[in-house]
Amino acid sequence: MALLEVRNICKNFGKAKVLKGISFSQEEGTVLSIIGSSGSGKTTLLRCITGLETADAGYISVGERVLFDSSSKVKLSKEEKRENQLTTGLVFQSFNLFPQYNVLDNVLLAPKLDLQKKLKKNKATSEERKSAFDALNKEAVSVIESVGLGDKLSSYPCELSGGQQQRVAIARALMLSPKILCFDEPTSALDPQITVEVLKVIANLAKQGRTMIIVTHEMGFAKEVSDRVIYMDNGFILEEGSPKELFDNPKTESLRAFLSSMLKI
Amino acid sequence: MASSSFATITSELLVGFGENCLLFAMTLLMAIPLGLIITFGSMSKFKPLSWLTKVFVWIIRGTPLMLQLFVVMYLPGILLNIPMRNRMLAAVIAFVINYACYFSEIYRGGIESISRGQYEAGQVLGMTRTETFLKVVLLQVVKRIVPPMSNEIITLVKDTSLARVIAVAEILMCAERYAGVGVIWPLFYTGAFFLIFNGVLSLLFGYIEKKLNYFRS
Repeated sequence: MALLEVRNICKNFGKAKVLKGISFSQEEGTVLSIIGSSGSGKTTLLRCITGLETADAGYISVGERVLFDSSSKVKLSKEEKRENQLTTGLVFQSFNLFPQYNVLDNVLLAPKLDLQKKLKKNKATSEERKSAFDALNKEAVSVIESVGLGDKLSSYPCELSGGQQQRVAIARALMLSPKILCFDEPTSALDPQITVEVLKVIANLAKQGRTMIIVTHEMGFAKEVSDRVIYMDNGFILEEGSPKELFDNPKTESLRAFLSSMLKI
Repeated sequence: MASSSFATITSELLVGFGENCLLFAMTLLMAIPLGLIITFGSMSKFKPLSWLTKVFVWIIRGTPLMLQLFVVMYLPGILLNIPMRNRMLAAVIAFVINYACYFSEIYRGGIESISRGQYEAGQVLGMTRTETFLKVVLLQVVKRIVPPMSNEIITLVKDTSLARVIAVAEILMCAERYAGVGVIWPLFYTGAFFLIFNGVLSLLFGYIEKKLNYFRS
């Protein structure tokens, strides 16, 4: 059974129809790339999946959990909403790190707030609190080390390069162990040289079998790292298949034109 | 006014300046939080509230503070037959309302200048809107509003001498009494009190700016 199920998602911004009935599914442990020109709706689709936008119609589920269903009128509790939110993680194009916190605290802030609430609820003793926070701390350090920034724990975002900032953002998202990790053009704000270090981290995550959705303009990377690729144009999915099928054998004129325009750059 | 020695006049002016300081401190203490409430009012999604708040801010910013002092001092007596007995209280009320409106606009500018991405990052990390505001956005807003706030606060120090129009015995009023009997120099001497006070404030704001310099946003 597929992990992610997206059915007939529609989204309008005012009169502009951005998503016109998007359906696809994704198996656990696979990487899905979404490609397409600017304005094709890729980012909006990702924002609907991660809950930053509410679709106008359709259905989205991850495993047993229904994230969005326009036909259901069930009111979710705060806790359920939070759990739904944390089912997916998102790495932004512009990083969106918290500037006033150092690397470690950027990664720790959200899980720490959550842990504080849980400990308060369970009336934990000060010793229990200490060991819980220590464990969380250790976990954060090891996640940061896994993206290659073990020596930058106490640096502030403004002291890091764009690539390093994006790796911190990846660590921050990983820390909450989302079922599906989404990337919204993670390297579009980076220099070509620096892009590589971020792509390596993502490729590494793919090797570990993480379920990921990547919206990207890096065609070579998408071809290499993805199990499946979706090509979007004008709010529709025009083509879907293995990277080989799409890149080597585009069926539509639109994808052919898109790919050749990407190669020219 | 028997003696007009430097020491006597200095101590007399200091008493007057005490009134300025009191008015300054009370205004700051209350206008800073009240300004935030007005900000939330004007940024509210509930349109009538935001509209009402904006009209209020327009009136307060659009009329002279001196006139507002008269209104608070005399209108309760004229309209409701409850004369205002405490002049300092009247001055504090007028100043707090006036400055809260100015502060609220500075806050609004600061809050609206923070990128949406910060809120979105908080949201995808499972933080509530309140948590994101308090833990992420607030300090960035503070950093951005320190320079315009220092400007307003320094203006406030000097504005406190306006309270003499409703006969609060502040420093300029004290000096004017000397001028009335032919001793002019204390009037100019009052400038030194304001200069020193604002000098200390400028140092303090400089220190805060420096403290917040460890991050860029």
